[in-house]
Amino acid sequence: MPDGSDDPRQLSRRNLFKHVGIAGAAAALSGAPAVEPTLAQTPAAPAAPPRREALETLTAAEGETLEAIVARLIPSDENGPGAAEARAAHYIDRALAGPLRGSRTAYADGLAALDAYSQAKKSAPFAKLSASDQDAMLTDLEKNVATGFTPNAAAFFTLLRTHTIQGTFCDPYYGGNANFVGWDLIGYPGIRLAVSADDQRMAARPKPVRESAYDNVTFTIKGGGHGHQP
Amino acid sequence: MAINLKKTDVVIIGLGAVGGVAALPLARAGLEVVGLEAGTWLTPRDFAPDELRNNFRGWPQSAQKANSEIPTHRPNASAPYSPRLPIHPMMNAVGGTSLHYWAQSWRLNPWDFKVVSETTRRYGASRLPNGTTVEDWPFGLDELEPYYDKVEYEVGVSGQAGNVKGTIDKRGNIFEGPRAREYPMPALHGTEFTERMAGAARKLGWHPFPGPAAINSQAYDGRAECLYHGFCNRGGCHVNAKNSTAVSTIPKAVTTGKLSVVTQAIATSIDVDDRSGRVSGVTYVKGGIEYSQPADVVLLASYTYENVRLLLLSKSKPFPNGLSNNGGQVGKHYFSHHTGGPVTALFPFDLNSWYGLPAQGIAVDNWADDNFDHSGLDFIGGGNLWVYSDRRPIGAASMSTFGRVPTWGAGWKSFVKQNADRWNVAYLQKTTLPYEDNYLDLDPTVKDPLGFPVCRITADHKDNERKLGAFIQDKMAQWFMEAGAIAVEKGPMGTMGPSTHAYGGTRMGDNRETNVVNRFGFSHEVPNLGVVGASVMGTSGAHNPTLTAQALAWRTAEHLTRNWRSIAGG
Repeated sequence: MPDGSDDPRQLSRRNLFKHVGIAGAAAALSGAPAVEPTLAQTPAAPAAPPRREALETLTAAEGETLEAIVARLIPSDENGPGAAEARAAHYIDRALAGPLRGSRTAYADGLAALDAYSQAKKSAPFAKLSASDQDAMLTDLEKNVATGFTPNAAAFFTLLRTHTIQGTFCDPYYGGNANFVGWDLIGYPGIRLAVSADDQRMAARPKPVRESAYDNVTFTIKGGGHGHQP
Repeated sequence: MAINLKKTDVVIIGLGAVGGVAALPLARAGLEVVGLEAGTWLTPRDFAPDELRNNFRGWPQSAQKANSEIPTHRPNASAPYSPRLPIHPMMNAVGGTSLHYWAQSWRLNPWDFKVVSETTRRYGASRLPNGTTVEDWPFGLDELEPYYDKVEYEVGVSGQAGNVKGTIDKRGNIFEGPRAREYPMPALHGTEFTERMAGAARKLGWHPFPGPAAINSQAYDGRAECLYHGFCNRGGCHVNAKNSTAVSTIPKAVTTGKLSVVTQAIATSIDVDDRSGRVSGVTYVKGGIEYSQPADVVLLASYTYENVRLLLLSKSKPFPNGLSNNGGQVGKHYFSHHTGGPVTALFPFDLNSWYGLPAQGIAVDNWADDNFDHSGLDFIGGGNLWVYSDRRPIGAASMSTFGRVPTWGAGWKSFVKQNADRWNVAYLQKTTLPYEDNYLDLDPTVKDPLGFPVCRITADHKDNERKLGAFIQDKMAQWFMEAGAIAVEKGPMGTMGPSTHAYGGTRMGDNRETNVVNRFGFSHEVPNLGVVGASVMGTSGAHNPTLTAQALAWRTAEHLTRNWRSIAGG
C-alpha cells in the first residue's frame, strides 16, 4: 500500500486522539519512545469529535443540510474518515464568504430545493432522512431527475461534488482536510520543498509529511503564523 | 487630462514572457526603455505550494487585469456564446505567465515554417485544408536559430540536443532542425515512470527523449537547481529555478540602468500623431490616474488577446478601425493550439507521480509535424506525445472513474483510495491552422472595469484538426497500453475558447495584404510600432509557443537597435 494511512499504529493514534482529546492522548503516549514527527508538528490538528463550528455564510439549516450531503458524498466507512471528518462543509461555508462567493446564491437555492424535493419525495428535510434515502435523493440530483432546481439538479450536484472534493483534499489552511484525512485516504505523501530522484521511484514510499504549506515560514509573514487554526 | 511624462526611446507594453525578453537587447544597446506592466513584482515568498490557490483559484496575488477581461467565445458568427471562463489562464505580474507556466521551451520544427510549400511539394496543394489562410513564414528555421540559441542561453534552458549542426544524437529529438550547439544545461532527470514510458516507446519503434524546459537542471546563472517539489504547474518557483523573465532577462535589463519598470500600469491606448500616422506613445492608468508616456517607438508585448484588443481599441484619425488595421487584418488568422482531446490511462500499480513537474517528462515526436508520411491519410500536420510526472491531491481525487464505479459514495471512495496514484493523463499538442472564419474582435456588449470592450473569440475546430486529434489519441492510447495500462479513456476536444496557446491576430509576413507586421515584427502600416508575442506566429507546430515567441521578440528588438534611426527617426 502506498503510505502510512494503513499503518495501524498511526490509525490507532488518531483514534486515541479522537476519544480522549489532546491532553489525554499526550499523557497516554508519553511513554512512547518516539512521537511521530508528523503528529508532533501539527499540534492543532488532532480531531476533536466533529463539532459544529461558527458558520460564516450559511444559515444553521443550510449548514445542517450541507453537512449531511458531504457525509454521503464521501462517507466515513471501513476505508477511513470521510468528508464530514475532513470538515468539507466548514471549508465550503468559509469559501462562500470569499473565493466561492459567486456560488452563494446557488447554494441558497440548491439547498432549499433539495429540502423541498426531499420533503415531497420522502416527507422530511434531507438532513432527517436515512442514509439510503439521502443517497436516493443525491442520485436523483446527479441523474438530473430531481425537480425544482435552477438551472438544474445536475449542475448543483456537480457544484457540491467539486467543492466537497476540494474541502476533503485541500491544504488544511483552508479549513478542510482536517487531520489530513483526505491526504491519508489517497496516500499523498505531503508537501515537501525538495524531492530527490530516489523519492520519485515508483516503489518509493516517502514518509508522509503532514503540514500545511503555510506552516513553512517561507510563505508566511515572519513570525506571524498562518493565522488559521484548523 | 492625462499627466504627461518625459519622452523615452521605447515603451514596452507588458513585461511578461516576451516583453521581458525584448527589454534586454534594447537596454544593452543603450536605449531608454519604459516597461509598463499591469501586475506587480512577485517573489519566492509568493510561491507557496498551494494547489487550491494555484490550480483552482487563478492566482489572486497579482493585479490580475487579465481576470477582469476574460475573452468571450462563440464557435461561429451565428452560434450562441460558450459559458464564459471564470478564470483567465494567463496572469499579470513582472515576468507574466512565465512565472507560473510549465516552462516547456521548444523550438519549432523546420516544417512548421513551410507548411504551404512543403505540403504542396510532398502531397500536392489540394491537401491544404479548405478555408485555411495558412502561409509559409517569411523565413525558415535557419533564420530564427541564432535567436533560439540566444534565448536558451540568456534565459536558461535544460534539454538534450538531437541535432547539432546536422549530427543526429538519438538521445534527443532526432526530428529537430539543426542547432548550433548543445543546450546550456542537460535535461531534467526523468522518473522511473517516465523511463518506463520511454522503454515502451522504444518497443514500438519510436524515439523517446526528454523535453526541453526553461528550468535549471543544475545551478545556472546564479540561480538554484530544480527541486522537483510538484507545484510548478501554475505555480511560481520557490527557489527561482524556473527561468521566468522576472529572474532572468528583466533583472539583467534593470541592471543596465536603462529599463524602468512601471508596475500596476494598465495600458488603455497606443497614441498616434494624426499628421504623420506614427505612434507617439502610450496612455495608461495607474492607481486611478491617467498617464501619457511619449516614446519614439512602441513595442506591444502583451498576450495575444490583449495585443489584438489594444490595437482595435486604439482608434485615431489615420486608423479609424484600430491601429495598424486599415488593411483589416488585426484579429485575423487567429487560432488556439489544439491541445484538447487528452488520453487518460489507468495502471494496475502506483506510479508515484506525486512529485515532479509538467516539464519533467518524455516526448515522442514520431507523429508530430510532417515527421511521418501522410500520403494515405486525410489530414496534414501531427502531434507531440508528452508524458510527465505531476500530481496533487485535489486533482488526483478528481480523477476519472473509468466507468468502473459511481462518481461518489463508498464505492467511489474505495476506488480513489486505490487508484489516485495509478493514472496518468497525456498532453497532446497538435498542428493547428488558421482559417478564414476563425478570428478575434471586440465584444459588442461585455466590458472590462474601465468600460472597454473585452476581446471576443470566434473560432471552432475544423476537419483537419478533428481527424488529426483522433489519429494522435490512438497513438497515445497505444503507447500507454504498451507500458502496461489496463484502461485508456479518450477525452473530448473541447472548444476553442480562451487558451494559453493563442496565436495570430497580428500575423507576421511579407504580404501586407494578409499580415499585420513585417518579417521583423514591425507594423506594415505604422513603422515605429513593433508587435511581439505569439500573436505574430502564423503556425503553431506541435510544441509550446513560448520559446519561439521569445526568440522572435529578441530578433525584433535586435532589429530595432540595428535600425534605430530609420525606425525611430521618422
